[in-house]
Amino acid sequence: MAQQIPIVDYLVLGDPAHLEAHQCTSCSALYFDRRNACAKCGGTEFGRRALSNDGQVRAFTIVHRAAPSVPAPYTSVVVDLDGGGTVKANLLDTTDPDGITPGLPVTLDTFVAGTDDDGVEAIGFGYRKRKENA
Amino acid sequence: MSAGDVWIIGTAMTKFGRFPDQDLLDLASEAALGALKDADTAITGIGALALGNVYEANSHNGQRLQKQIGQTGIPVYNVVNACATGATAVRVALLSIAAGETDTALAVGVEKMGKMGLLGGAAKNKGAKKQYEPKGRYGSVLKTEGVLGTGLMPGVFAQAGTEYALRHGVTATQFARVAQKNHAHSVLNPLAQYRKEFSLREILEAEVIAYPNTLPMCCPTGDGAAAVVLVSDAKLKTLDPDVRKRAVKISASVLTSDPWSEAGQVQPDVSTLTRQAADAAYEKAGLGPDDLDLVELHDCFATAELIHYDNLRLCEPGGAGDFIDSGAPWREGKLPVNVSGGLLSKGHPIGATGIANLYEVATHLRGEAGDRQVAGAKVGLTHVIGLASACAVHILEARPAGVA
Repeated sequence: MAQQIPIVDYLVLGDPAHLEAHQCTSCSALYFDRRNACAKCGGTEFGRRALSNDGQVRAFTIVHRAAPSVPAPYTSVVVDLDGGGTVKANLLDTTDPDGITPGLPVTLDTFVAGTDDDGVEAIGFGYRKRKENA
Repeated sequence: MSAGDVWIIGTAMTKFGRFPDQDLLDLASEAALGALKDADTAITGIGALALGNVYEANSHNGQRLQKQIGQTGIPVYNVVNACATGATAVRVALLSIAAGETDTALAVGVEKMGKMGLLGGAAKNKGAKKQYEPKGRYGSVLKTEGVLGTGLMPGVFAQAGTEYALRHGVTATQFARVAQKNHAHSVLNPLAQYRKEFSLREILEAEVIAYPNTLPMCCPTGDGAAAVVLVSDAKLKTLDPDVRKRAVKISASVLTSDPWSEAGQVQPDVSTLTRQAADAAYEKAGLGPDDLDLVELHDCFATAELIHYDNLRLCEPGGAGDFIDSGAPWREGKLPVNVSGGLLSKGHPIGATGIANLYEVATHLRGEAGDRQVAGAKVGLTHVIGLASACAVHILEARPAGVA
């Protein structure tokens, strides 16, 4: 199996793959990027927190005119994760706006987003519609 | 601090469009000299200059403009604040007056964008060996635009729109009606970049840029400039009666940035800071949405205008879709919005936009808007928002008739 690296450092390639945020130890605010201090409370200590792989669609768009070299159309979604955290990614299984309803339940999935000249695979993540009670 | 009001006594804007034969300083000079003439004053009467510009902000364009219109040794402030740049320059001029440093100040906003296309979408250079290595604050190994959702302008404002739509049941057709209205309005504005009316069907069937926004639901890039001359209350009292009677009062000038929110860390929240700016402006002016005769708001995309009806309290909470359906924001409606044609058709040369909307509202309050005049307009509101984010709201009032 090819060597793999997550596309961003907040994706953890465990079993299962999941997202992990920086969490302010004072106020519990969550950040995917490194912060010098918490933008909510000013605290300077952060821990790590694993986030849920399940969530609900909060907003979406289907991008038809994309940045160069980005295949289009694709669907971008903002997902509120169960138990806290909001993330932006692609919705992997539809480009039909009628298929996206308020609070649509989704679950995380991963895919190979690219391969570098050493054969290392960058693993991306996105969401798929969750089949309730499945 | 001076406690008195600050007034607009002169304003001008260039036509918006694409002007390959005019450079940034040509455009800025035309607007600045136009505003000075409109104010019946000269550069020698100006005590402070604020120049707003985004894409050439490291060129110190305020001082470069002085070399075209008059080097008088006054303080110059070069201002950049995303799409709120022009409005922020106005606030710098206003604060100079409020601080008592001068009684007369000039604010100019200018931008030369030409045909830039999708902002932020420029291709990166290739060639080097591709070797994945985590970089930056997200530890990303490759460009994530389009892979982990979209952060480009059309997508951001589309997602802001669908967030509202999923919550309140707004349809793609309702969003399209915003563009139908603004393009129809632009036909009457000789300064607009585009003056072409579109049918609702043409808008809905046009190329999708980022659903639900089609091409006519996205503002163009372009060139243009706008300017205002501001004076203190005390200074106004000394001016010629013909200048005084055309003066427009700045009843509120408010600038906000994003308060922290969880979702705002990944998808810009254009609503909260707009609501906070609007509420503060209404309180400062002692006026409410019912007092407004016209509004120029930041319709960078049709989805943006629709949600700002709600953010600026122009409609019932959650009722922005019904508001556009009712015809209220049309020029003949209950509360005309973007009678200039808005950013969608008047254009959006970023640094100029926040002053151009003051020009538009002031021109109506003076009763000088010609074919597109909103009859009897006495109070108007302007709004701009730039991602990062910065939001500016101004409330303007006509000078009561009969006051000396």
